[in-house]
Amino acid sequence: MALPSYAGPLETFWYYAFRIFCGMVFVFLISPLLIIIPLSFNVEPYFSFTEGMLAFDPDAYSLRWYQEFFGSERWMNAIQNTFIVAVCSTILSMILGTLAALGLSRSELPFKGMIMGFLISPMIVPLIISAAGMFFFYSSLGISQSYLGLILAHTALGTPFVVITVTATLSGFDYNLVRAAASLGATPTYAFFKVTVPLILTGVISGGLFALMTSVDEVVVAIFIAGAEQRTVPMQMWAGIREQISPTILAVATLLVCMSILLLSTVEYLRRRSETIRGITPH
Amino acid sequence: MMATTVEAEGQLTPEEQKSLTADMHRSLRRKKIRAMLLVAPLLIFIMVTFVSPIATMLFRSVDNPQVSEYMPNTTAALAHWDADSNELPGEETYAALVEDLEVGRKNHTIGKAATRLNYEKSQMRSLLTGTARKAGRLKPPYKEQLIKINDGWGDIDNWRVIKRESKPYTLSYYIAAFDMETTPTGEIKMLPEQQRVYLQMLWRTVWMSVLITTLTLILGYPVSYLLASLPMSIANTLMILVLLPFWTSLLVRTSSWIALLQGQGVINDILVWFGLVSDDNRLSMIYNATGTVITMTHILLPFMILPLYSVMKTIPPSYMRAARSLGATPFTAFFKVYLPQSVPGISAGAILVFILAIGYYITPALVGGQTGQFIGNMIAYHMQSSLNWGLAAALGVVLLALVLGIYGLYSRLLGGNNQMSLR
Repeated sequence: MALPSYAGPLETFWYYAFRIFCGMVFVFLISPLLIIIPLSFNVEPYFSFTEGMLAFDPDAYSLRWYQEFFGSERWMNAIQNTFIVAVCSTILSMILGTLAALGLSRSELPFKGMIMGFLISPMIVPLIISAAGMFFFYSSLGISQSYLGLILAHTALGTPFVVITVTATLSGFDYNLVRAAASLGATPTYAFFKVTVPLILTGVISGGLFALMTSVDEVVVAIFIAGAEQRTVPMQMWAGIREQISPTILAVATLLVCMSILLLSTVEYLRRRSETIRGITPH
Repeated sequence: MMATTVEAEGQLTPEEQKSLTADMHRSLRRKKIRAMLLVAPLLIFIMVTFVSPIATMLFRSVDNPQVSEYMPNTTAALAHWDADSNELPGEETYAALVEDLEVGRKNHTIGKAATRLNYEKSQMRSLLTGTARKAGRLKPPYKEQLIKINDGWGDIDNWRVIKRESKPYTLSYYIAAFDMETTPTGEIKMLPEQQRVYLQMLWRTVWMSVLITTLTLILGYPVSYLLASLPMSIANTLMILVLLPFWTSLLVRTSSWIALLQGQGVINDILVWFGLVSDDNRLSMIYNATGTVITMTHILLPFMILPLYSVMKTIPPSYMRAARSLGATPFTAFFKVYLPQSVPGISAGAILVFILAIGYYITPALVGGQTGQFIGNMIAYHMQSSLNWGLAAALGVVLLALVLGIYGLYSRLLGGNNQMSLR
């Protein structure tokens, strides 16, 4: 989008003003994530740059808050809980979501719009409402304050992402491939695992990553239905920020930013791979 | 599977036609069942783990068991009493009350009924629990003794409230959620101005969500336009700056804004260093509405940019060039040609951001202070602190109705294609 040669002075001004504005928005988007990284190495329990930090004095930086994080039994326990809940709910979401997406992509399915509406409703309903409802219902079933309750809740919140990504992948799916496999003597199961699965796998995995991220980041429902024993990392952060925000939070935040970079790269890689496989050239 | 033979002319006999149609129907039905079987596990799962909880909440918002369950004799006795009669209930009602109070005190259940009645009329709790402590020592006849213990029992309005709330279902939580009250005579009227809380809170939630949506649109539209018009390789790189915040934990972003905006935080330090703000007069940008708006605008901005970008990607750049070549100024070309085509992206992004914003709870709770709280925080407060679950449920239903109403309106306006895609 270079400036056209016929541009007048006013247009030139707008062109640069526009670019500067966009640059500022990008700074606004990314700087909060970058600023916490150096702050998490602060030797002092402050949230601002000390003079020593600005002078790049090595003594002003330390791994103190990271030591506190890795040495804390509470935080380590929280990591373990988050891991258990996230992995279980992601696997469940991937299985249930993929099956449903396969059904939804068939033209014979009746009431498709209504079913889709129900399946993605956890995405539309505000979390605080889901949390309150789940608190009432799961308590009456006796599964609040348990791993099972939290896993089921996070699965419900994560499946819409799998349904949407896999349905999108299937929208470009050529069913002749399955017919070809069948005509060559493959059983439906064999054709499913050898033909369908490899083609939709990228969609399943990126949907799964969304579900994973939902569970890892989810705090509202967790506050309401998890007990002290199931305390997850977001719950621990929530408690930490509410009580007295210490730079340990920033150390955790930095680690989480690293994790999101990792997840983002994986999802982007999968998206491009899927486009290549399905013959959609990036444009 | 079909035993029909086709005659030389290719004509089917009527019987053959019938059996062929039946076979086709059977095959179609089988396919339909197979598709339904694939969807069924998730549908059942969502029904149980998600839809039932929401239904439970709906039920909770009208459920009213406390009085009838924990004061059964009084409830039964009051059924025969005419609340409009301007006469106190008879002795048998007072006797029933004494029995209920005594049982309730022993089983520690009278407090629940007392709390429930207190939502409707203050001092009902102390009236019930105070009398319950003395009820065991009373001998019949009770009526005068009870009025002597607490003259509240001689107040006909208290009896009217008990009778009204002894019904198993109530709308009183909704009445409270709309800042109204039921007078003892059964009229529903608005609370005095200074006691109104929820409507104001709901209104604030809506207008702050509108403000946040507008801000994300103002910031997001130019950026999406830039991303959509840049060459793919550069756009993909810049896209990382949008996607990274999108993938980063909400709590991380909220805590980094706390670090940035607080009194001793980075932004105030910079402003002081530049001499724009004096050291003892630092800006309070957090723990108020400003903090909520800034933080939520940052958190929700990617949700505006992504749908806008995906729509703008489909607008051919040649249209703008054509408009220019026909003599349009850049502004006319933009407003007449580009903007109308980007409307689907604007509406998708705006509705997504608005729906997400209106239900927010975590960020306002952490950075909102007094003035930046949302209706979601009120629901959480009644769930966790005041334990008025009925009111929390009613507020939840009001919020849910608002969200579904907006979503429904949006999908009605935009027709069938209403799926909010992630990309």
